[in-house]
Amino acid sequence: MNAEPAITPELIGKHGITPAEYDRIKAILGREPNYTELGIFSVMWSEHCSYKNSKPELRKFPTTGPSVLVKAGEENAGVIDIGDGWAIAFKMESHNHPSAVEPFQGAATGVGGIIRDIFTMGARPVFSLNSLRFGPISATEDKSRKAAVSRNRRLFSGVVSGIAHYGNCIGIPTIGGEIYFDESYEGNPLVNVFCLGVLRHEEIARGGAVGVGNPVFYVGAETGRDGLAGAAFASRDLTEESKLDRPAVQVGDPFREKLLLEACLELLASGAVAGIQDMGAAGLTCSTCETASRAGTGVEIDLDKVPKREPGMSPYEIMLSESQERMLIIVTKGKEQTVRDIFEKWDLPYAEVGVVKNDGMMRVMSGTVKVAEIPARKLAEDAPIYSREATPCPPPPELGALPASDPLAALPALLAHPSIASKNWVYRQYDHMVRAGTCVLPGSDAAVFLVREANKILAATSDCNAIYCALDPREGAKIAVAEAARNLACSGATPLAVTDNLNFGNPYKPENFWQLRESVEGLAEACREFGTPVTGGNVSLYNQSPAGAVDPTPTVGMVGIIDKPRDITTQAFKGSGDAILLLGEPGSGLGGSHFVKVMHGRKAGAPPRLDYAREKAVQNAVRALIKMGMVRSAHDCSEGGLAVALAESCIGSDAPVGAEIDFAGCASLSADELLFNESQSRIVISVRKENATAALSLAEWQGVPARRLGFTGGDTLRITAGEQAWAWPVQDLRDKWWSAIARCMEG
Amino acid sequence: MKVAVIRFPGSNCDQDCYHVLKHDFALDVEYVWHKEASVEQFDLIVLPGGFSYGDYLRCGAIARYSPVMRSVATEAQRGKLVLGICNGFQILCEARMLPGALIRNRSLHFVCEHVHARVENIETAFSHAEVAMTNGKLLTARTGLLLRMPIAHGEGSFTADPETLRELNRANRVVLRYSDRRGAISDDANPNGSAENIAGIVNERGNVFGLMPHPERACDPLLGSEDGKLIFQSVIESAGRKAGSRSSVGIRTGL
Repeated sequence: MNAEPAITPELIGKHGITPAEYDRIKAILGREPNYTELGIFSVMWSEHCSYKNSKPELRKFPTTGPSVLVKAGEENAGVIDIGDGWAIAFKMESHNHPSAVEPFQGAATGVGGIIRDIFTMGARPVFSLNSLRFGPISATEDKSRKAAVSRNRRLFSGVVSGIAHYGNCIGIPTIGGEIYFDESYEGNPLVNVFCLGVLRHEEIARGGAVGVGNPVFYVGAETGRDGLAGAAFASRDLTEESKLDRPAVQVGDPFREKLLLEACLELLASGAVAGIQDMGAAGLTCSTCETASRAGTGVEIDLDKVPKREPGMSPYEIMLSESQERMLIIVTKGKEQTVRDIFEKWDLPYAEVGVVKNDGMMRVMSGTVKVAEIPARKLAEDAPIYSREATPCPPPPELGALPASDPLAALPALLAHPSIASKNWVYRQYDHMVRAGTCVLPGSDAAVFLVREANKILAATSDCNAIYCALDPREGAKIAVAEAARNLACSGATPLAVTDNLNFGNPYKPENFWQLRESVEGLAEACREFGTPVTGGNVSLYNQSPAGAVDPTPTVGMVGIIDKPRDITTQAFKGSGDAILLLGEPGSGLGGSHFVKVMHGRKAGAPPRLDYAREKAVQNAVRALIKMGMVRSAHDCSEGGLAVALAESCIGSDAPVGAEIDFAGCASLSADELLFNESQSRIVISVRKENATAALSLAEWQGVPARRLGFTGGDTLRITAGEQAWAWPVQDLRDKWWSAIARCMEG
Repeated sequence: MKVAVIRFPGSNCDQDCYHVLKHDFALDVEYVWHKEASVEQFDLIVLPGGFSYGDYLRCGAIARYSPVMRSVATEAQRGKLVLGICNGFQILCEARMLPGALIRNRSLHFVCEHVHARVENIETAFSHAEVAMTNGKLLTARTGLLLRMPIAHGEGSFTADPETLRELNRANRVVLRYSDRRGAISDDANPNGSAENIAGIVNERGNVFGLMPHPERACDPLLGSEDGKLIFQSVIESAGRKAGSRSSVGIRTGL
């Protein structure tokens, strides 16, 4: 074996460990750590694994509720009751840094990681979503921008291919999500992936090394040198030199993961498993010390027994490798043969590598040589916790007086902006129909999926308008929750619970930390208001390229349930002659709007405010109308305001329908403000014309202002406001909206 | 009648096929692991979609060597019905049980979407039936009938040499072609670059059918289409007839 490097202050610094943290390590061990132990501490105490900078903030989230079966932070993912003895496990996780330097594998392994988190809970993964953000991809005349735009396109296309590669092969449909393009993500894309699985209550698996004397099995792919210290890499800013960190990016093998998924579910069903934990960030290190810590036991493993891809790997490399598609399984003594039989059936490597002890230690042997010995609980739970300094960001730039635009041009421009345009270029590359449960195809307000084994219809969405968050992180975060709940309501669903992915810049910069704190408090408040506990999630800090931090992006993934198949509702108008109604006020103000961003190139003004009472009333009203069977289509107003919402309802199906809209009584607003303001708590619905009066009275009875906007029909979207009138052929709008991203990507 | 759904390690439409056959058609269905040596006891063999062995090489190129495939070929030679969907079609081509090959889509991208497949021949064991939809209406096979079904593949461009294509056309072995919503066979309606818009073919004897669209994803009005039922109804009726005739002459001894 090669001599290990001596522990020097430089080496400690290179591991991202501060002198104070090093003193703490020495106090825990009662001695100096060796090289392997230093590596182990560095990954376990990275932000990615320990949440040392965000934990005090995360405690603010509501995590309990009558339907919560496994709380946030207890296990790999939270578990929520959905009735009849069935439950769901779901979670969102980021793979931002790996995707920035190696988009295909970075995104692919992100998908693999979140899927493992779900089946580790004993759940069969049934669908995925993703929330992606990149720099601008639109063609530019500016020569100095061309290289950056083509790099953004390469990252975008690489990430999409990586997600498709992994999700399609493993056979888990990717059925929805969101994609935004904005300068702030240039050089630091965000790749947040969500997965949901289903299980019976009695099938919930735990990640504890219980039962002293139980054997510890390593199952799955062999350990290689890929992904060395990826967790530590993810806990640094991205720089020009980050390219050199490519070896920190893992390589994914979805076929292996498919085998691992099936073998683990078969093994869990056999009753041989006492505890199970995936090897994700910090690999073998994290899984051994966390399982021991959870159960209050110790674990001893022998690295000589670990299946390896190549000879000559040092203990440091084996412990820090983040090779994919591996699991640690604590087997009930006497059931070892069951493990061997199942993993041989699936042609997967496995090895008995250790045993559960009662001494609370994580002990790592290499044959007879002890290479690391650390108190497991202190390693897993006693990372330092920091309360970072927070300094408020300056207030957002004033909107000022804007020159009037030509709505005739502005609406198509908004629909063709890649953030608003149809994402079919993306979701056509994902198998979004495998498992035969996709009731609403990608592109409507929320994805709707029939879970056959449980006979339950779920709706899921991910949302975050980061422009609002950049201008006002607290309000933006509240709106992210409200919009998610609204999207579910529009689909006919009642929200159940939330997972979140907090994407922020370097927490050592007080303004970044202030954004994080404001956003968390906004999310927490809104989750309480909507009765949706947070069941887990992920924190990704250091989303920072040389150009600065990304816009604060607290992505919200929300899951809801739909009672009956006939309640499933989509955003597209269903035919001619229906009445179009607006639930909510016409609104006002253009602060933080996509209109201002797309047409004036600015992120400015105060973003819309959220009124909880109004928001809840609007959502309840649309759900009530849907349950009465009145609603033919429902679509919430978000980016691009009412005009974009109306247009999307016209062009949302492959048989576009026109509409005649009259904004009588809104003449006090400018045309731009009337058409494109992004005021919250608004939903456009269509009903059969004979139901219009009843629907309006029901809404008003629920305390929701509602009005008739017009009716569907023809092949033109025509909007009249007092003296002014505009008309757009819907086929033309659909073409611009449908093909915008393909045009960016394929010239 | 017994139905086998073959499970390769990377099959991922096996559960969807199983569900449709078991619950929508109330059949006796079993998963058969790819390492099994025999499918002799089954009357209908389904090769489902997926990525049989990860398919990093060529789709289906390894699966054809699975132990079970020898028995599938033997049973096909005896006249049993074999239905290969998507990856199953790719495996049947690799195994030379169907002619031609399925190569990378011309867009070079994986493509998942609903397509229209036009029924070209209603004389086959896989495309002749009449089936009741959930709303009570009947879907009846006729030449030119359009079936709306999803596709989901990266390598679905059917390719064959001119002689093979001539023979497929001459013997009326093309069962499905991609068409537009009005039934026109055009290049615009060709989602993957398949020769002559071919979406599904049968072997010379007419008992082995491969198709790229997924009928098992089109058997429920909640999913937007029930047209896939026509394929399953046809093959089940045909397999039932064969099974019936065989039992009457006493071939199924020992069962």
